[in-house]
Amino acid sequence: MSRPLILLRDIDEPGLATLEVYERRGGYQALRKALAMEPDAIVAQIDASGLRGRGGAGFPAGRKSSFLPKGDMDKYLVCNADESEPGTFKDRELMQKCPHMLIEGILIAARGAGITRAFIYIRGEYEAQARILDAALAQATAAGYIGERILGSDFACSIVLHRGAGAYICGEETGLLDSLEGKRGNPRLKPPFPAIQGLYQGPTLINNVETLMTMPHIIAVGGEEYAKLGVANSAGTKVVSVSGHVRRPGNYEIELGTPSREIIFELAGGPPDGRRVKLWFPGGSSSPVLTEADLDIPYDFDSLAKAGTMLGSGAIIVVDDSTPVLDVALKLAKFYRHESCGKCTPCREGTNWTVRMLERIDAGEATPMDLDIMASVQDHIIGNCLCVLGDAMAMPISSMIVKFRGEFEAHLQSRQLAGATA
Amino acid sequence: MAPVARYAHGSRVPGWDRAADLEKDPAGVPDPALVEVPPELRSEIEAAMALYPDPHSAALPALAAAQRRYGWCSPEAIEQVACVMALTPAYLTSVATFYDMFELEPVGRHSVYVCTNISCSLRGADALYAALEEAAADDPNINLRSFECLGACDIAPMVSVDHAYYGPLELADARRLLDDLAAGRDPIPELALARRRSAEADADGGDA
Repeated sequence: MSRPLILLRDIDEPGLATLEVYERRGGYQALRKALAMEPDAIVAQIDASGLRGRGGAGFPAGRKSSFLPKGDMDKYLVCNADESEPGTFKDRELMQKCPHMLIEGILIAARGAGITRAFIYIRGEYEAQARILDAALAQATAAGYIGERILGSDFACSIVLHRGAGAYICGEETGLLDSLEGKRGNPRLKPPFPAIQGLYQGPTLINNVETLMTMPHIIAVGGEEYAKLGVANSAGTKVVSVSGHVRRPGNYEIELGTPSREIIFELAGGPPDGRRVKLWFPGGSSSPVLTEADLDIPYDFDSLAKAGTMLGSGAIIVVDDSTPVLDVALKLAKFYRHESCGKCTPCREGTNWTVRMLERIDAGEATPMDLDIMASVQDHIIGNCLCVLGDAMAMPISSMIVKFRGEFEAHLQSRQLAGATA
Repeated sequence: MAPVARYAHGSRVPGWDRAADLEKDPAGVPDPALVEVPPELRSEIEAAMALYPDPHSAALPALAAAQRRYGWCSPEAIEQVACVMALTPAYLTSVATFYDMFELEPVGRHSVYVCTNISCSLRGADALYAALEEAAADDPNINLRSFECLGACDIAPMVSVDHAYYGPLELADARRLLDDLAAGRDPIPELALARRRSAEADADGGDA
């Protein structure tokens, strides 16, 4: 079976990161086409493509762009390259190997929304990728793709690469904006949404790396053509990062709607010999977990939502039956405790107490009631904070308590027994 | 479970009970006449400030530049950044303490970050971290840290050595990595992420 490849088609072409090879592969042709179009027509094409944001929330990209007010005020585009969701590594590979496609996508999106200043917020840990992007930006500027009067048109756009310094919360769009303004990365109250009041209080369009990188292709083939890929409400292809207990972890580009089993078993090779899938995260560590029984769910936004979880950032983490569910829960809870910015009480305290209760279970000091208390802590986090970091812990932990309650109880009992006989 | 460190009166915050000097004014923006800033550092910070509509946006790049020069965000380093950016040291300290990559104490010159988040730990990252901890012992040149997801789960378990990615590592690679660093060689070169092909390239052959 052959899959349509858009983003990963030429990914291992030697020198793809250079302008020369990228141009030889047809690069920057879509920008030329976009510059000949009216800005509204660009947004209309993206809208028609049905492209939904690839960063986690899955918001329609065309609609997001149309939220920006018209007019001559300072407007900004921010490319969210802070990829920090555990299990996600697609943007890293895309930026490292094909940086010019991102630059082209940014320019097209900026042209569509009438933006002249763009920023790429890349996580501080991605030093190699930042260097590659810096070199690509310099090449593109020298070639006249960035700057004033781009390719002889009246369109001007600057792109600044901004490196973060290690904070998961800066992938949250308003936390990212604060960080880009030189502050601690605390999320802001919404509304006002960034499209109205974002960076430096100006209207700001924030898109994920993969979303932006898809735009040149959409402009090249047309929105309606792109929409033929995938399934209803989930158009196009998606780069899926598969990791954990699989034989061939890596990035795979799939057409949305592909059965999850095919991704995990045929592409990524499934769990090692003699092991079975115990649970899997379909969209990064923040998505509610699914089990072996859910492997036939089509991998698209609506099917996963119907199953009570989400496509998120498109990161599948597979856990096989060699790992206790408590270890997974504890690892996650500790991560979210570390990364909580501390601004909202339910998240700051809820993540801490969840870790402590999980440790109590592991130490055999808990009572069965603790599982109910832990579940109620999760319920009190969800929807009660400025951003969704707390929810991102509460949702998978709740789903684990519901789906693996028996295992939690057995774990507790065995630890209690071990404690009693010791 | 390791006991939580406790300070005065059972508090988990060191130094909370140290009396503040109420007579003393908080440190203001440093006086450029009194703070000497190395010219290269000054020009690097000023170049970063010029990139943004609001120069305060350069706080992160400026702190990173100071950390590259001094090895950590020392009070002197922060004062110099504050002087160039016309900010208070307190503001920059509040920013520096928020981000994991800023060092607030002197550290070894080689950073070795071990990802111990979910995908890497499923593939043995905790044992790898323990092995590195043992191999590094108390080597003052090594800044060994366990880190949250570094975004390289395809090469799990992985490490970021001086901000370059390597993986997947076997336990035996821990010793070799540190030996390479000590000898000034490129560490474990064959495991460098930069040399790795996309999984997609091999999948095509696999499922066609």
